[in-house]
Amino acid sequence: MEPVTSRPLGSRIRRVRISDRYQLFAYAVPFLALVFVFSYLPLYGWLYAFYNYRPGFSLFDTEFVGLHWFKSIVSNPTQTQEVMRVMRNTMAMSMLGLLTSIFPVIFAVMLMEIRSARFKKFVQIFTTLPNFISWVLVYAIAFMLFSVDMGVVNKVMIELGFQDHGINYLASDNHTWLKMILWSTWKGLGWGAILFIAAIASIDQELYDAAKVDGAGRFRLMWHITVPGLMPTYFVLLLLSIANFINNGLEQFYVFQNPMNKDHIEVLDLYVYNIGLVGFNFSFATAVSMLKSIVSIALLFFANRMSKWVRGESII
Amino acid sequence: MNVRRSIGDRLFTVGNMTFFVLFTLLCIYPFYYLFIQTISNNDLSSRGLVTWYPKDIHFDNYVEVLKIKGLSQAAIVSLERTVLGTIATVLGSAFLGFLFTKRKMWGRSFWYRFVIVTMYFNAGIIPWYIIMMNLHMTNNFLAYILPGIVTPFYVILIKTFIESIPEALQESAEIDGAGILTLFWRIVLPLIKPIAATIAIFAAVGQWNSFVDTLFLMTDKAYYTLQYVLYKYMNESNSLAAIMRSSQGSMNMDIANMQTATSIRTTVAMIVVAPILFVYPFFQRYFVKGIMIGSVKG
Repeated sequence: MEPVTSRPLGSRIRRVRISDRYQLFAYAVPFLALVFVFSYLPLYGWLYAFYNYRPGFSLFDTEFVGLHWFKSIVSNPTQTQEVMRVMRNTMAMSMLGLLTSIFPVIFAVMLMEIRSARFKKFVQIFTTLPNFISWVLVYAIAFMLFSVDMGVVNKVMIELGFQDHGINYLASDNHTWLKMILWSTWKGLGWGAILFIAAIASIDQELYDAAKVDGAGRFRLMWHITVPGLMPTYFVLLLLSIANFINNGLEQFYVFQNPMNKDHIEVLDLYVYNIGLVGFNFSFATAVSMLKSIVSIALLFFANRMSKWVRGESII
Repeated sequence: MNVRRSIGDRLFTVGNMTFFVLFTLLCIYPFYYLFIQTISNNDLSSRGLVTWYPKDIHFDNYVEVLKIKGLSQAAIVSLERTVLGTIATVLGSAFLGFLFTKRKMWGRSFWYRFVIVTMYFNAGIIPWYIIMMNLHMTNNFLAYILPGIVTPFYVILIKTFIESIPEALQESAEIDGAGILTLFWRIVLPLIKPIAATIAIFAAVGQWNSFVDTLFLMTDKAYYTLQYVLYKYMNESNSLAAIMRSSQGSMNMDIANMQTATSIRTTVAMIVVAPILFVYPFFQRYFVKGIMIGSVKG
């Protein structure tokens, strides 16, 4: 993105083929076309929000309804209620996500307090592993561990006397939000800490030495040197999660959803999927999708503005 | 004073160590649990009697599960998309990133932004689905490969990396009359190996783990991936029962090791996670490197 600088002397020798500006562009065209098709063309799909589209018909054979679907979000009580419920879940998951975003920082700070390098490496290798398995697999693991007939969790709970019969944890709607945040913490904690571990490694060692000379103990070093050293990194990540406030993603909630917990697990992305591809109400789903995209772009600009204001640097 | 601090210190260390040991166990145990189910007596396993160590070790489950027709088909699809998708993503994103380092390119900064901006917006999943449908990307293997070829984030990484190595290497080749493709293939690609390897690992894990694209776009069993089949097995006990019946007829084995819903589920899950578990220890440093360079802005 830097301005075109004057070319160095040596490059005057380049002539025959590479001097051709358009040829370079021509090589890029197929790739730019892919970007256009898969990232820009879907914007054309927004048109469907203004029609009463039925699968199997051509778009222009169906009725043009203008803002009908957008209006129905506020005017149709059932739909208003549904959207409110989904927004509540989305907000709850994002808020919990923001609250737990501090965990990787604590994890990194605490891990750095361990002296054995080998132990640190061991912990790091194994705690980052869950990040690289898919949500389907997390679900499979949850399914095994919490199963009523064979799951180790039920078995241990019964043996310890906390419950007298097996409970189907996955099929209940108790503490759904908490369960979801626990799974994403299990999956992401070790990985999330890596950035902060790197940030700690880059803190000037002399700061610690100087503080030690002044008689600072372990906790003072942590609180006055390590933690402030991590804050810039944390702040950037926090802003990015604000920008993604309504993008909870689909996969985790899709695999864990069932008729029992649907009330609390249906976040915006999952809701759009369910009304669009399960309920075949493409037009309404597109309208909701479209609003979501617009809100998330607004949030991104807001986070970027915040970043410029506080750090003097943009995040995008 | 001195003594007291060291006691507090020691308590802190013990508490700290305990936490990390417990959390690490919490990350390892589920995989271990899954694994011992697959090699234990199926009857004991489905009654929840295998918890800490395998009982009556056998490997029939793997043999039996690999005979399930849909499963081997899905394994091939998963492998194909991982291999082809990774190659296409690495080469495509690297080539485009390389072109963007050429200042002479017509409209370079505009097109660079044109690509990068797509990281920050998307039209939404339903509009995306509608367009994919109109492009005949449903039940089409290309839907696994084409959308990932240009991944903006990788383009940034490659561009930044190439700009950090001396231009002289490329210039001398250009003087010798090398064209863009030769330059890329012979000179640039060998130079960017470290970053290309990191990208390859991430792309491969992404392809292997991908689930949502199959969910949206594929209705024909021929395009199901392992992830998708595993999800189906977790949720559809009917299809599992059919598989179990067919496998019982085909073999005369120990009744205790007959296929059960649990044995099929755990074994398939183990097959799905195995490549990650095998690859992970060797490439862990690449993963870590990946997130480090990721934090450097383009």
